[in-house]
Amino acid sequence: MKPLDSKTVENTRERILDTITSVTLTHEQKVSNLSGLAVSLMDVLDLPEHYLYYKDKGIICDLNEGNAPLRPRYIVPDYDLLFEKGCAFLKLSPPTDLQEALNTLLIFYKHVPSVTNFPVYIGNLDTLLEPFVLKESYESAKKQLRLFLIHLDRTITDAFCHANLGPQASVTGQIILELERELQDAVPNMSIKYDPAVTPDDYAEEAIKTMLAVSKPAFANHPMFVSELGERYGIASCYNGLLIGGGAYTLVRVLLGRLAQTATDSKDFFERVLPDCIETMASLMDERIKFIVEDSNFFETNFLAQEGFIRKDNFSAMFGIVGLAECVNDLMLKDGYTHADRYGHSEIADNLGIKIMDTIDAFNSTHHSEYCYGSGQHHLLHGQVGIETDSGQSPTVRIPIHDEPAELSDHLLHAAKFHHYFPSGTGDIFPVESTALKNPSFILDIIKGAFASGCRYLTFEDSNADVIRVTGYLAKRSELEKLDGGDAVLQNTTYFGLGAAKESKILERKPR
Amino acid sequence: MPNTANVTKIIRFSAVDGPGNRAVIFLQGCNYNCSFCHNPETIAQRSETSRWMTCDEIFTEIGSGIKFVRGITVSGGECTLQRDMLIEIFTQARQLGLTTYIDSNGSYDFSKDQELLDLTDSVMLDVKCTDDSEHRRIAAFTNAIVLKNIDTLGSLDKLYEIRTVISPTLMDCEQTVGEAARRISIYPNTRYKLIKYRPNGVRMQYIRDLKTPTPALMSSLETLALENGAASVIIT
Repeated sequence: MKPLDSKTVENTRERILDTITSVTLTHEQKVSNLSGLAVSLMDVLDLPEHYLYYKDKGIICDLNEGNAPLRPRYIVPDYDLLFEKGCAFLKLSPPTDLQEALNTLLIFYKHVPSVTNFPVYIGNLDTLLEPFVLKESYESAKKQLRLFLIHLDRTITDAFCHANLGPQASVTGQIILELERELQDAVPNMSIKYDPAVTPDDYAEEAIKTMLAVSKPAFANHPMFVSELGERYGIASCYNGLLIGGGAYTLVRVLLGRLAQTATDSKDFFERVLPDCIETMASLMDERIKFIVEDSNFFETNFLAQEGFIRKDNFSAMFGIVGLAECVNDLMLKDGYTHADRYGHSEIADNLGIKIMDTIDAFNSTHHSEYCYGSGQHHLLHGQVGIETDSGQSPTVRIPIHDEPAELSDHLLHAAKFHHYFPSGTGDIFPVESTALKNPSFILDIIKGAFASGCRYLTFEDSNADVIRVTGYLAKRSELEKLDGGDAVLQNTTYFGLGAAKESKILERKPR
Repeated sequence: MPNTANVTKIIRFSAVDGPGNRAVIFLQGCNYNCSFCHNPETIAQRSETSRWMTCDEIFTEIGSGIKFVRGITVSGGECTLQRDMLIEIFTQARQLGLTTYIDSNGSYDFSKDQELLDLTDSVMLDVKCTDDSEHRRIAAFTNAIVLKNIDTLGSLDKLYEIRTVISPTLMDCEQTVGEAARRISIYPNTRYKLIKYRPNGVRMQYIRDLKTPTPALMSSLETLALENGAASVIIT
């Protein structure tokens, strides 16, 4: 391990003291942040040659995973196995009724690590619980599920915690959709795996009613995910498609808009700038993965791996991109085009975006990553949603807020040009006006058209709702206001949401 | 030379003109002259802002929006005044797999036009007033054909909804809502939409005569419509 200079140590000690004495962090948030600060003093990774250059310029970012990762970033446990065999380490038998099933899950969730120390995937709740729910009266099942959901919201204080529903209709799903409307809570995040050939229209419309009330469940293009990942996938964290019984070791991202600023024009970008950056980023990811797999002892000692709830065979890693719009717009100007020829409004600009994504995709498909067994020893591309400190960089491949096309159909077809690059997730969010709220089938028609055109993952939300989708995760508008007023709030994602509201104008998307 | 329609405007996505998401084509010109009309610029047969468009031009303008809608609605003005273009537009819509809806003031006798009925999936019909003399005062037109159309379309299961604009100073709202609800009570798939009068867009000379309804009035009319047999009632 390399020595540290005293300035770094002193800076960290100051940040530790700031954390301890903070008036806006809860106790649990302080403990979590302190562990991150401790790991920030580590220097155990063999970093690629140019990484620090990209890091200092804010071009490559490891998204707070720390200097010595002690667990995979995202874990997607096999909950079917838990219900089939129980868990020896946690002394849990296979559940026999709904009470036992929910108790088993609540215990298990508290032992599923992630980058935030909270579980980012809590199962396909409807298929998982349906056999138990069907043995109960509707009222009894609803009461138990209500307590379960409240328990989640108050103890998993992190809106990256993600539940899945669908694609089939179910009584459990129906109850959860009703409860979500009633509870108005940010946790858990939720997706419905939607397949127009399988999901009945009336059930999808019920999900849309809930989505318009609480910005969830988002709609995931199930046939698209299945074609890439197979039937055994889950949507975790923001909208990450990952294999069940596995997950993602790491997520590193490149801010393409900032990268473009280091190029003289698009020729320079393709010949010199982009190849070095993505090679550096892939090497960084491989080094992080190597530490987790070979040095951290996680897979040798953690009960999730020992008992088969996760297996290295199902793990991958996420190669994230941010700011394609700003990248394209910068290069277009440098190539002599005008402001009118910009991303989302010009075919030339969009084609440049496609060429950039094709280049990254081609690199990824030839780059060998030893331990990514879940994805053919390659990374999976990911359209990252941005973080609270991003400014001037649009999430993933989105068109910048305030520059949206006039027609929603043009906006969706633009998204469809790019969503296919990202098996490990990307998505878009569209606020709708009040006339749409009374007509869920209006939204369903749009979703059907969008998915048939190639969109991957969509949220339509009421621009006046309290629970809002910030970029991929959820927050309550009322909690943002509380935090902005200087009060501590329960969920750490509220901190991210407030930053995004101020830096990325997420409350100002064009209503449709 | 291909035929052309006089088009006021085209909306690619609408949540309020029939089931699901629909593209809406507004045709210029109306044979009524209702005081409460909120888009009176569409009444004249000729307008500086309307455009003469062929059927192909109409669908070109809807463009990629077609992928996201389950159908089209042709509205107005009064679209049946351009009946031949309606036939052309609906023929092309059907070829594209789209459902075809008409938004009409009810003055056109649908029973005498089998070709149009065959090409039309459903109609949204204005029932402005059930009393004929009152209707003549409000719309400058008899309502005899409107009431006949309720049965023509209802019996074919092609009556998606009837709607009435509610203003307490316009007419005897209770009488119209009760009577209209009785007339659609035998058509379980027809809903009754009660529209609150709003002054937006209404011509200045009528504004002082028309009052917006209270929530209590809308609620009592909803109850009245349901009591008189309307299968469902929507208030907007």
